[in-house]
Amino acid sequence: MNDALRLGVGIDLVHVGQIASSVGQFGDRFLRRIFTDGELGYCTGAPGQMASRLAARFAAKEAVRKLLRLEDQAVAWKSIEVVRAPGGWCEIVLHEEARALARDAGYVGFSLSMTHEADYASAVVVGERNRGRTLDNEGRDTRNPA
Amino acid sequence: MKDEIREILHEHGKLTRDARAIDEDEDLYQVGMTSHASVNVMLALESRFNIEFPDRMLRRGVFGSISAMSAAIEQLVSPS
Repeated sequence: MNDALRLGVGIDLVHVGQIASSVGQFGDRFLRRIFTDGELGYCTGAPGQMASRLAARFAAKEAVRKLLRLEDQAVAWKSIEVVRAPGGWCEIVLHEEARALARDAGYVGFSLSMTHEADYASAVVVGERNRGRTLDNEGRDTRNPA
Repeated sequence: MKDEIREILHEHGKLTRDARAIDEDEDLYQVGMTSHASVNVMLALESRFNIEFPDRMLRRGVFGSISAMSAAIEQLVSPS
């Protein structure tokens, strides 16, 4: 990776119907493999929007994987988590191997934007690299520990 | 085993070409397999072969070709 770059970006687009189809075909095995308890709690809280919310989160996880420019490193889907802040916006929180890879690449913070319509969901993640800050043990930017 | 993998790819891989005619070493991501499709393929393989891919195997390379998937399954079916 080019150390001169201060920002990294990842984007992904997901078909909502295909996520619904995966849930229908594989059920809990799909859900538990990809999403954390917190993500599932939020997404299943509104049955009519479950597939859209899951699709947006899947897109966010894939956007982070793209941002990290994974080659052949193993990264569990659940080690990349979308957390909803009390104010309603969503943030990326990294765990375990995803956090370690982000640290190794010099990332100190991420901004996430997600959107969904009936058929498609999309997410963009921008990562900031800065030698003066780091990710804490929860995978959050130390500049904004809350 | 590779024919069974091809059948699963045909059903779940969302490839741009007929999975049953794809070379075993061909890069599946270059013929349209998305990350989401690779998850579906993984779950279908787990069901078919009664295995579970551990987190350490959730690598792009493991699902990148028919031969790579076959090698990973053999490893899980017959752990050394």
